[in-house]
Amino acid sequence: MSRIKQRFSDLQQQGRKALIPYITAGDPAPEHTVGFMHALVEAGADIIELGVPFSDPMADGPVIQKACERALKQGTRLVDLFDMITTFRQTDTTTPIVLMGYLNPIERIGYQAFADQAARAGVDGVLIVDMPPEEAEEIGPLLKSHQLDAIFLVAPTTSHERAATICAHGEGYLYYVSLKGVTGAATLNADDVAEHLAPLREMTDLPLCVGFGIRDGVTAAEVSKVADGVIVGSALVSRIAASADAPETIAGQLKTVLNEMRTAMDA
Amino acid sequence: MTVSATVSNTASQAGTKTRFSDLTQMPDARGHFGPYGGRFVSETLSFALEDLENTYASMRNDPAFQAEFDRDLAYFVGRPSPLYHAERWSQKLGGAQIWLKREDLNHTGAHKVNNTIGQALLAKKTGKPRVIAETGAGQHGVATATVAARLGLECDVYMGAADVQRQKLNVYRMRLLGARVIPVESGTRTLKDAMNEALRDWVTNVDNTFYIIGTVAGPHPYPQLVRDFNSVVGREARIQSMEQIGRLPDALIACVGGGSNALGLFYPFVEDEEVAMYGVEAGGDGVETGRHAAPLSSNAPRGVLHGNRTYLMSDEAGQVSDTHSISAGLDYPGVGPEHALWKDVGRVNYVAANDDAVLEAFRELTRMEGIMPALETAHALAHAKVLAPTMRTDQHIVVNLSGRGDKDIMTVAKLDGIEI
Repeated sequence: MSRIKQRFSDLQQQGRKALIPYITAGDPAPEHTVGFMHALVEAGADIIELGVPFSDPMADGPVIQKACERALKQGTRLVDLFDMITTFRQTDTTTPIVLMGYLNPIERIGYQAFADQAARAGVDGVLIVDMPPEEAEEIGPLLKSHQLDAIFLVAPTTSHERAATICAHGEGYLYYVSLKGVTGAATLNADDVAEHLAPLREMTDLPLCVGFGIRDGVTAAEVSKVADGVIVGSALVSRIAASADAPETIAGQLKTVLNEMRTAMDA
Repeated sequence: MTVSATVSNTASQAGTKTRFSDLTQMPDARGHFGPYGGRFVSETLSFALEDLENTYASMRNDPAFQAEFDRDLAYFVGRPSPLYHAERWSQKLGGAQIWLKREDLNHTGAHKVNNTIGQALLAKKTGKPRVIAETGAGQHGVATATVAARLGLECDVYMGAADVQRQKLNVYRMRLLGARVIPVESGTRTLKDAMNEALRDWVTNVDNTFYIIGTVAGPHPYPQLVRDFNSVVGREARIQSMEQIGRLPDALIACVGGGSNALGLFYPFVEDEEVAMYGVEAGGDGVETGRHAAPLSSNAPRGVLHGNRTYLMSDEAGQVSDTHSISAGLDYPGVGPEHALWKDVGRVNYVAANDDAVLEAFRELTRMEGIMPALETAHALAHAKVLAPTMRTDQHIVVNLSGRGDKDIMTVAKLDGIEI
């Protein structure tokens, strides 16, 4: 059983929902990332989404755009993420890791090399923001043969027909984008989310996780009532931004933010 | 004066099997031009693109839509644009006869309006009250603001902050037309960043907003529909060549940033094997310096940006490279996916013209023919200066004079050390 599947199965038995933090690797500098990942796990993370910095993050709002800029300024490359994950895996062999980013860095190193290196480092899932299932025909089988879950987005604008296609191709979990917009935009509407998740439930057994617009314990708790998992990114990354000059304080702050969500979700 | 142009490696990467007639059948149903193109977007935009694809498919062969488009091109844009024989300049260059397809005489001063008229008609069909656009030199922004004013649509134009500085005249033109110009401060503050920001706007306001993309790039169906709307240039040039030259020209030349004016001219000639084609990219300080915007002639790697796969200037880690060009309109790291395919099959020769050669061509045409071209267009003219002397005087070159140079007067004056 894959780590992601195992994790959701454990959570279901415990009657809990998944808390999935996102951070951009290399932000504010590559040497901090592994420490942040361990801190997130200590604060209650069930899965970690590790962002691959990209020069043109078209689906991201200003918070994650700036995180990419900081990481790139420090020279963070996709291949450096594999080293970070290898290091992380020396002490944590159970927390699933999902790489999240844009296609071009993967195109540049090549699909085969990407799948080989990701699998070897201990990556569990891959979410490529600008690659819908229709464009994944070539990389899809490679991910599968390397036991890497291909995770896809579903949006409020996704038609019933497309949702069925996405459910058929998706693995690991479905990432439901809670609002029309970029990451870190407005606050989501939990009733609206519930309404969109209902038809997806009928199409798939995949866990449904919700991201975009989750800022604090209150929104996290609301969403976790209707979803199987809660994804939080900009709320964490904005803490990294605020303390980029004092990186030694960041891990503690990330734990505080995530703890609040964990507590609210488990209450 | 240094060497003005570098001939690219046109060796076919996709083999020689593709017949030129096959090139008229592109893209395929999923928007692919061979290995290029496609629809690489985040899920939120998929429905809007499917919607646009369906709307366009139903309009494309609708005689009423075509008639409305043709009427607007005739009475609002002022088409057909003339094919002008630049006799004095041809004589000076001492080789082939140079003919200029005068897109600079269109309303708003460039070929860009052909496309914005077409997309505005589509926007009207969809009933969306707001349009957005990205712009580099400001020509597409002006053309979008113009059609928005005419149709009473709200209009926001994203423009890199660096371009806002170097194209002040067009910025004010857009504002006079009622558009809001939003300077983009992220990244390199040029065209690619404007496109990122326009996509972010669209993903947020997709319910009420139509995105008018200005070039033959972006996710399917944009490369196809922008090409189709601009193909009026080549259709006219073909007819005019037969009438004025008595046969098809021997060569076509057009500048290539995203590549919309080039595809517009080239597409109706694609099966005419005897017609050579030259796409001229921005060589900047020289392709060999790395400071350029010439993904095709520098043999950049394949990559994915802004919804399509194409030749894309990026570093070894896949981060998109900074580009450099004297012309804001060509300052883009990628290129339309159809051009990428046409390079691979060897249909078009892609070359680059450096900034200094471009300026020389700009000045020369202005002084010898009384026609002041846009700096983008001057790239095509720079290559005409290279090519014409290698040809006989009874041979003919058609150059797409894609835009007029008024907007660039400040840039050129500054280079001359003059404050206006």
